[in-house]
Amino acid sequence: MTHLAGTLDIEPTTLPSKGKVGMLTLIAAESAIFVIFVIAYLFYLGKSLSGPTTAILRPPIFFTICLLSSSFTVHLAVAALRRGRGTAFLGWWVLTFTLGALFLIGTGLEWKHLIGEGLTISANLFGTTYYSLVGLHALHVLVGLVLLGAVTVFALLRRVGQAEAEKVDVLSLYWHFVDAVWVVVFTVVYVVGR
Amino acid sequence: VTTQSETWPTTESARRPWVDALQEWLTTVDHKRIGILYVLFALLFLVVGGIEASLIRIQLIHANNDFIGPQTFNQLFTLHGTTMIFFVAMPLMFGFANYLVPLMIGARDMAFPRLNAFSLWLTVFGGFLLYYSLVGGYGLYGAGSAPDVGWFAYAPLTSKTFSPGHSTDYWTLALLVSGFGSIATAINIITTVFSLRCPGMTLGRMPLFVWLSLAMAMLAILAIGPLTAAQAMLMIDRYLGGHFFDTQAGGSAVLWMHFFWVFGHPEVYVLVIPAFGFASEIIPVFSRKAIFGYPIMVAATLAIAFVSISVWAHHMFTVGMTPAGNTFFVLSTMAIAVPTGIKIFNWLATMWGGRIEFRTPMLFCVGFLFQFLLAGLTGVMLASAPFNWQLGGSYFVVAHFHYVIVGAILFCAFAAFYYWFPKVTGRMLSETLGKLHFWLFVLGFHLTFDTMHVPGLLGMPRRIYTYEAGRGWEGWNAVVTVGAVIQAVAIGIFVINLVRAAFNGPKAGNDPWDAWTLEWSTTSPPPEYNFATLPEVRSRRPLWDLKHPEDPDWKYE
Repeated sequence: MTHLAGTLDIEPTTLPSKGKVGMLTLIAAESAIFVIFVIAYLFYLGKSLSGPTTAILRPPIFFTICLLSSSFTVHLAVAALRRGRGTAFLGWWVLTFTLGALFLIGTGLEWKHLIGEGLTISANLFGTTYYSLVGLHALHVLVGLVLLGAVTVFALLRRVGQAEAEKVDVLSLYWHFVDAVWVVVFTVVYVVGR
Repeated sequence: VTTQSETWPTTESARRPWVDALQEWLTTVDHKRIGILYVLFALLFLVVGGIEASLIRIQLIHANNDFIGPQTFNQLFTLHGTTMIFFVAMPLMFGFANYLVPLMIGARDMAFPRLNAFSLWLTVFGGFLLYYSLVGGYGLYGAGSAPDVGWFAYAPLTSKTFSPGHSTDYWTLALLVSGFGSIATAINIITTVFSLRCPGMTLGRMPLFVWLSLAMAMLAILAIGPLTAAQAMLMIDRYLGGHFFDTQAGGSAVLWMHFFWVFGHPEVYVLVIPAFGFASEIIPVFSRKAIFGYPIMVAATLAIAFVSISVWAHHMFTVGMTPAGNTFFVLSTMAIAVPTGIKIFNWLATMWGGRIEFRTPMLFCVGFLFQFLLAGLTGVMLASAPFNWQLGGSYFVVAHFHYVIVGAILFCAFAAFYYWFPKVTGRMLSETLGKLHFWLFVLGFHLTFDTMHVPGLLGMPRRIYTYEAGRGWEGWNAVVTVGAVIQAVAIGIFVINLVRAAFNGPKAGNDPWDAWTLEWSTTSPPPEYNFATLPEVRSRRPLWDLKHPEDPDWKYE
């Protein structure tokens, strides 16, 4: 066996896990998509020619707290799994799922209120940009919930152990991203935009 | 890796039925087969897009021609542009990256093989979706149509009023679907490079093609997102009654331009950076010298990728911007010429004093150097806003970007075909046919695209389906069309060469070019697992070290 290195030893290298690199790259790509929707929202602020204005928005403070604290619980879930504490993991994980689901219900209630006020996606520019941006985020929450739900099912079937901590951690990165995007969307829509 | 190839005992018996082979190809997750499928798909669409270009050129060969009507002409240039960018150039670059990156970094596959197959089939599906519009543009109403809004589909042309039926939706969906495939491939390339390098393959020892594929993938990640977002907005406008680009409701047509070109300009670099990668591998091997200024090449590439994100509005000088906006985009566009110039000098310095062998791959690379320089010069001219006000939207622009896409990207792609074909198939392409292909293509290329600048300077706008006699455009247009015919003949010779060599070419052996990167250390074609033992490397030219144990590269790096 002739090594291309000749007689010299190869210095040991540790390469990052492909799950993490892949997920971070996906997050970069998703961020580019969100940036364009945020720019469109800001660009069209106050440019609607008719119909409801941003004055009808009610900041969803409670549901925002739900979503943001789910970042914390998902972190605790992964940490518990790393230490091999399956029951604690399942508890935190289900709590995360519940908080995410609550947030989605909140978005639904908010939209019900807004549609009642006459704001639809085709009502005016505000409606178009608002439902697109918030809807794009809600879609990401929904995808996250499907994934969280799948892991919950596997966990209930006792298929998620310490060995899976790495994969579950990769999924938690996505969930953190969904939360971080909400911080931006909330700031843009309910703080700057109102 | 040992010098002689190691293959594990093969269990393959007699010839299998063709359905089995077909099933294996359609369900494959092997990066090499996926790479080959990408390239074959691109070649198929190259012919389709080429036929569209030929029809366009026949129509423009003389004044007042009525070979095809205005409606068909619009559809042809829309399909030609969309096809060549999204279903020829992108799959070609992704195909080569797929095939070569794992081999060059000593890996057995891409990071996510099944995602890789998924990306391929999304791209293929997108391509066929675009062409399905020819029969399904009006759905069940019968009469088919094709998108006719141009490849950048400016608003409000794409609104329901001006684009009734579904032809524009096929265009949108085709780009959305293939865009998802491209994002997934980019994720795959980046992860492969960061996580699957063999022992000793530090970032600083990666072949330049791998570095450039990494830069391409990073740029694709940032560029395709905006396109996806813009297409989603267009769908919202067309199907949910949204107003993003609806000027009657306060929406902005210019915003679409910004969103499209935020994607569109980096896209040029997504295509040209891998082409630089081909040149950076081929020129050193045929100059018998290591690449000149490796770290500077990497830095210049990253600089190009970075700056290319902030130049998009040079496509919009004629729309009208503020003086500050114009100044910024003039300067940023011109700034990109600096790292690009550095690269050209580095390739020249690599050739300087080398024992240059003018085999077919090298010929195409030399052609690339000259033509890319000229394309860059017209690029700097167009980057100047006042000049652009005069010639934006004219045939001068068409000539400029075809000089980049054909003269630089396609020339490098041909070089790559001749260089890596022996590795992929185990057989050599004919040098005679290759040289004939090269010289005919050079002739046809220059007849077409040098000449095309002139009607642009004389004021001929792009996208007109015909023109009046007596404006001094006829002679030039006739020459452009003659050049296109010669290019078509050259491509025909290329295809004949490919097919002949694939079945009857002389055996290539593992390393026909006496090259230095890892893909040449394994058999041609490589086994499914690429390397029986994972290689370990100590320098940028591992095969040089192996062939010259008395004077290895790692003593100097």
